[in-house]
Amino acid sequence: MIMRTTHSSRRDFLKVSAIAGGGLLLQAALPRFAFSAAAQPATLNAFISIAPDGTVTIMSKNPEIGQGIKTMLPMLIADELDVDWKNVRIEQADLDTAKYGRQYAGGSTATPLNWLPLRRVGAAGRQMMIAAAATTWNVPASECTTSSGTVRHATSDRSLTYGNLAAAAASLPSPDLNTVKLKDPSEFRIIGQPLHGVDSPRIVKGQPIFGIDVKVPGMRYAVFHKCPVFGGKVVSANTDAIKALPGVRDAFIVHGGDDIQGLRDGVAIVGDNWWLINRARQKLQITWNEGATASQSSAGFASNATELAKGKPAQSLRSDGDTATAFTQAAHVVEAAYTYPFLAHISMEPQNCTAHFRNGKVEIWAPTQNPQPGADMVASTLGISSDDVTVHMVRCGGGFGRRLRSDFMVEAAYIARQTGTPVKLLWTRQDDIQHDFYRPAGFHFFKGGVDANGKLIAFSDHFVSFSRGSSFADSANLTSTEFPAALVPNLDYGVSLIPLGVPTGPLRAPRSNGLGFVFQSFIDELAHAAGKDPVQFRLDLLGPPQVLPGQPRFNTGRMRAVLELVAQKSGWGKNSLPSRTGMGVAFYFSHLGYFAEVVQASVAKSGDVTVDKVWIAADVGSQIINPSGAENQVQGAALDGIGAALGQGITIDRGRVVQENFDTVQPLRMNQAPPVEVHFLTTNNPPTGLGEPALPPVLPALCNAIFAATGKRVRSLPIDTTLLAAT
Amino acid sequence: MAYAITINGTKRTLDVDGDMPLLWVLRDELDLKGTKFGCGAGLCGACTVHLDGQAVRSCQTPISSVGTAVVTTIEAIGNTSIGRRIQAAWLNVDVIQCGYCQAGQIMSAAALLAATPHPTDTDIDGAMTGNICRCATYTRIRAAIKQAAAMSSEDVKGL
Repeated sequence: MIMRTTHSSRRDFLKVSAIAGGGLLLQAALPRFAFSAAAQPATLNAFISIAPDGTVTIMSKNPEIGQGIKTMLPMLIADELDVDWKNVRIEQADLDTAKYGRQYAGGSTATPLNWLPLRRVGAAGRQMMIAAAATTWNVPASECTTSSGTVRHATSDRSLTYGNLAAAAASLPSPDLNTVKLKDPSEFRIIGQPLHGVDSPRIVKGQPIFGIDVKVPGMRYAVFHKCPVFGGKVVSANTDAIKALPGVRDAFIVHGGDDIQGLRDGVAIVGDNWWLINRARQKLQITWNEGATASQSSAGFASNATELAKGKPAQSLRSDGDTATAFTQAAHVVEAAYTYPFLAHISMEPQNCTAHFRNGKVEIWAPTQNPQPGADMVASTLGISSDDVTVHMVRCGGGFGRRLRSDFMVEAAYIARQTGTPVKLLWTRQDDIQHDFYRPAGFHFFKGGVDANGKLIAFSDHFVSFSRGSSFADSANLTSTEFPAALVPNLDYGVSLIPLGVPTGPLRAPRSNGLGFVFQSFIDELAHAAGKDPVQFRLDLLGPPQVLPGQPRFNTGRMRAVLELVAQKSGWGKNSLPSRTGMGVAFYFSHLGYFAEVVQASVAKSGDVTVDKVWIAADVGSQIINPSGAENQVQGAALDGIGAALGQGITIDRGRVVQENFDTVQPLRMNQAPPVEVHFLTTNNPPTGLGEPALPPVLPALCNAIFAATGKRVRSLPIDTTLLAAT
Repeated sequence: MAYAITINGTKRTLDVDGDMPLLWVLRDELDLKGTKFGCGAGLCGACTVHLDGQAVRSCQTPISSVGTAVVTTIEAIGNTSIGRRIQAAWLNVDVIQCGYCQAGQIMSAAALLAATPHPTDTDIDGAMTGNICRCATYTRIRAAIKQAAAMSSEDVKGL
């Protein structure tokens, strides 16, 4: 029952309500993310409840995909509330943006979005506890202090627990979130502590907490077979024969639409045991109309890119100074063509979703990173209102950006409506690899010129990328502020686009995961052309500390500091390394984080690459909220990048994906994983996120290390080790 | 046809297709969801269980091949001292990111410690390289295996 609502401003307000047992419920409207371009109206967010026994329940609003958000966001509330972590219980919220505000996992945005707002929610709760105690004792609130979920009045030596006070607090005026007093960082007792994942005790026992584990009474299983060529349509299928196979309850053709992210054509098979229906699937005979994408292939894209690079870019993104003249004046000019492949996300948990359609409404259990767009797409596909879609967010076995898309939710909901029973749709690994939204491939044709003093005076990139419709394909764009823009007097960035029928989308550190490789590798080539140490060349290029124009703002001083730190920690230039062992350096700014990384790698005479060690220096602001989770994310992101560089690439042939499983798309394995030493440089800047920004620099640092070890430059990923063999 | 198998100390009788992999018997017939589906091809190790203490990929183990071998899954690995030590070390080291592969990692690690109580890095590479962790928590998995190896049963009493 809501007892009071106090509006302190149009955008910020706090609701207080009593819950059963005399508890306190706090809900807060949070200000919009400062970095967000799209203006949204004020939205409701997080809440706290406190039971009479002092147990604090904190709702975790965002999807957990392994980034540790279910632990980290409640830490912000609990610390300011001033309770002991051992008394905190965390519950996963369902999708309810009216109540919680935006709920998604992407862009490493949770920290910058929630750092102050969720602390204010906790601080408001603490202030109400003090107010309740002060009223009870008839003493000034200013004489009361809190610790460990207890309010104390030192003068009269009295104390009351939050559990004692919760009911009374619920009847008091609620504070203005904009003016609640936050702790000084020196007073943090939870923030900054290396706390462990809150779901981990259940995971090590194998408890069923992932999407694939969902079980609903009367539930059936489904597989969905789509055209191997993207966008292909079903002409006919032997569904009657499939229905007769063991374990099959139903089989039917689904006619989807033309939305590349939505429901596509395919054949659904439904039954009581997933393995049986997936076996029946092998007997499917489908006639497809493969459509226009059947003419596309990776080989064709590459030759197309090479042709386009012979001409001028179709579109200029930036043109500073007079690049053509500057190249004629340069002492050394380097030209190089770089390329990177399409990549799949390969989350360990294959895509799945459970849905139950009844009475015009659908209930969904989804391992999703982006539940609201998923609910909206389900609603529009089924022709119902979004209000009639309930989404339970289930722990995701990895995300990496794949679960920002909602295709699996739409498929499950559609099949569930057809069957009238609860249905769990589960994809195979082959489905997952062959029906992804891929990191787009890219082709970069660089030219750089340094003067006689080794200074970079001219730089150009003709980027051949992909289009969909009249604009860049998803996550295939380059912006005019890409480093080293604004730091080189003569600089041209231009693009030419190849039409693409293959779906693309954000993969961990989207755009940056490819751009970091090509730009920081080519910068390394220029350092060598200039006869300069690669660290020194980069420091010279960054120049004196300044904030460059553009969004997000790039502070060269912050990058200098992490570059200098990583050089120091890695012993850059100081160690004598064995033959065919080298160190490489790179930096990259993404997701508001400043990362400089050094890789030491050894290359066998066969060409096989061993990554010996990685050093990382990072500046993500003034506070590492959970040092254990933070280090884990940074190490994982770096190893993820190394895995992609060594063993991953999706090949398109006749409009379909060639690879099927982990034998040809190879994530890093234990025997390949080097130690990763992580150093956080804390600076007086707002804390920012860590899921992604450690990834981009590790790929060029590795390739630059391979150059240092062998004199051979890696300009194409994944690394072809046969080209690195000793000759 | 009917198969009588011993799973986590309990005899179960199942009437299923003999080709059905143990993974799907566990997950969909016996509702033991801790064992995970990752690739269906024996390439990722997410589905690792023990047959008579040996780590096997349950997605590549037809139910008809199990016979009298004793099946142990993640749900019961904590009933052994090694399993309990590994679970405790996994939590102490805070290994987990998404956690999806970790049941398989723990089962492989338990088989390793049973055979090699104090594994070297090379032993760990040999036993664990078949288990993919897409979040790449390998540094911590390695540390946790070493920590578990160094623990005594006393350390994990009551966990």
